[in-house]
Amino acid sequence: MVEVVVFAVAGAACLVGAVGVVLSRNPVHAALMLVMTLFGIAVLFVALQAHFIAAVQVIVYAGAIVVLFLFVIMLLGVDRAAELSMGALPAQRWTAAAFGLGGAAVLVWLVAAVDRIFKGTRSYELERAGIVGAEADAAATGYLADVNALARSLFSDYVYAFELTSLLLIVAVIGTVILARRSYGADGRRASQHGADGRRASRHGAENAPEPQETRQ
Amino acid sequence: MTGDPLFADGVDWGDIGIMGIKVLVAFAALLVATMFMIWFERKLISDMQHRIGPNVAGPWGLLQAFADGVKFFFKEDLRPANADPLVFRLAPYISAVTAFVAFAIVPIGGVFTDTPGRSGTVTLFGKETILQVADPPVGILLLLAMSSVAVYGVMLAGWSSGSKYPLIGSVRASAQAISYEAALGMSVVAVVITAGTLSTHEIVQAQAGGVDEWLLITTGFVPFLVFLISATAELNRPPFDLVEAEQELVGGFHTEYSSIRFALFFLAEFMNVITMSAIMVTLFFGGTAGPVFFGWTWLWPTVWFLAKVFAFLFVFVWFRATLPRLRYDQLMSLGWKVLIPVMLFWLMFLGLRQLVIDQGWSPLREVVVVLAVSAAGLALGWTLLAAALRAAKRNTDEAGLDSQDPEELLPVGASPDEVGPGGDG
Repeated sequence: MVEVVVFAVAGAACLVGAVGVVLSRNPVHAALMLVMTLFGIAVLFVALQAHFIAAVQVIVYAGAIVVLFLFVIMLLGVDRAAELSMGALPAQRWTAAAFGLGGAAVLVWLVAAVDRIFKGTRSYELERAGIVGAEADAAATGYLADVNALARSLFSDYVYAFELTSLLLIVAVIGTVILARRSYGADGRRASQHGADGRRASRHGAENAPEPQETRQ
Repeated sequence: MTGDPLFADGVDWGDIGIMGIKVLVAFAALLVATMFMIWFERKLISDMQHRIGPNVAGPWGLLQAFADGVKFFFKEDLRPANADPLVFRLAPYISAVTAFVAFAIVPIGGVFTDTPGRSGTVTLFGKETILQVADPPVGILLLLAMSSVAVYGVMLAGWSSGSKYPLIGSVRASAQAISYEAALGMSVVAVVITAGTLSTHEIVQAQAGGVDEWLLITTGFVPFLVFLISATAELNRPPFDLVEAEQELVGGFHTEYSSIRFALFFLAEFMNVITMSAIMVTLFFGGTAGPVFFGWTWLWPTVWFLAKVFAFLFVFVWFRATLPRLRYDQLMSLGWKVLIPVMLFWLMFLGLRQLVIDQGWSPLREVVVVLAVSAAGLALGWTLLAAALRAAKRNTDEAGLDSQDPEELLPVGASPDEVGPGGDG
């Protein structure tokens, strides 16, 4: 009973959020709707006894990634409601609709397939027998699905995948630092004078204002 | 096994009633403590500055916070014409709710013993339970989750005001909060590694053996210092209160707020101070640990807990009265260049120590081996970084552009004359 109510509320929050992301005209509202979807999914994770994943979902996705989205939206000044009545590409809408319908069909098929597979598993038998939640996980897999079990599999069975992923992230961070780092010449002008920065660099060159502070942003 | 023993034998209406009482008591206690905290801060600051402070409303001005609260309720609720109506109303509630939820994981009483089996429980209405609102399996991660969600309150408040100073204040605040969350999280990891659990209840239990088992000592002081500094920054308390630097930003992110919505931000701020003090006591100072003398044995742990929290509240006010505000670049270089590297190093050390304990190794030989491996890892990382920098310099040179010595990594937006070698503090 409780599970059904929790699923209904969290699922409704997810759906409303997801639809809101698409329909909001204001990018900041869309980002907030995304946060609502992420929270709904976190609640669903808790209902499935995946507490750690739920916490990480909130900390990483809601707490870091969407905050970065908001940073970009606010700092780039695109936080105005967009006028969407005139589409630039009319064909885009039809393509999007076709892909959306296709995606929905794949989703329905996927749910049916998972349901068929699930009915052959031990978890299904346990659920028939009235054993649900953490006890069922423990009976089906042999250990309790908690943080310790997650850590054990992450650092034993999947340790290479884990380490390679962290290496990838480090490479990405170093690459970002190298790319975003600004070099200053002796005259204080920006080193990179091409691309999107060219206008500002040449303007300072024309004004003969070689103070480093002038080129700071 | 974590969790409240209340629910061990299924959930009935009595259990739900007890949970309701716990939530209500925690909420009321936190609100009263917040009002007391506002009065305490004003009085203490006045004492430190040789002023009298609030002294009209009630004895020693005790009712001043109450009077302020009543006044906030009856003030006009202004909303700027440019403001985004929905988000402007939403933001204060996000701040207030996250401030309260984080307190739910703090154990505020119960006699803990270091014998095996359940301890730290009390009996309410014939049912055994723990004196904390919730003991989720993720425990302390809830604090990190709530402090990351709290960023939304500040950020959305600044943005939705439709005014420039609040926007600048909120961008500062969120950048500061995100930066210091990394150091905060790492000092929590140090505690988790040493205690071997995420649950706050079990963290307190792990420190029940006496002062020498307090995580302050077993993690070696450094995580506590990092936690204290990052918590001060997370709370936007002085000396890290650039968020509402009056000289530069009028009032920071809540410049445009008035009436009860401003009061909610104010409440959230002071509530967060109390929550962070309670979390620090829980993580590093044994939580409710302390000698039990006579009379009601269940009362003493709560007394000790409150005394320790009070000490930290004093420290936070003391900081405000003593320390001058940092500059923004000093704030960022303290967080990224000092606290995070120190904590990374200390985590490596603690992990090594835990490995030696878990494996039962003879300390000397194995420590030397692991230290050598760690040093080799550091050297490899440093070499790769140096190689990447050299490649970047070569590419820049080949493009025919001037560049400077790549040995020094500048933060984005800093100029070379500002952050020199040894110039960051």
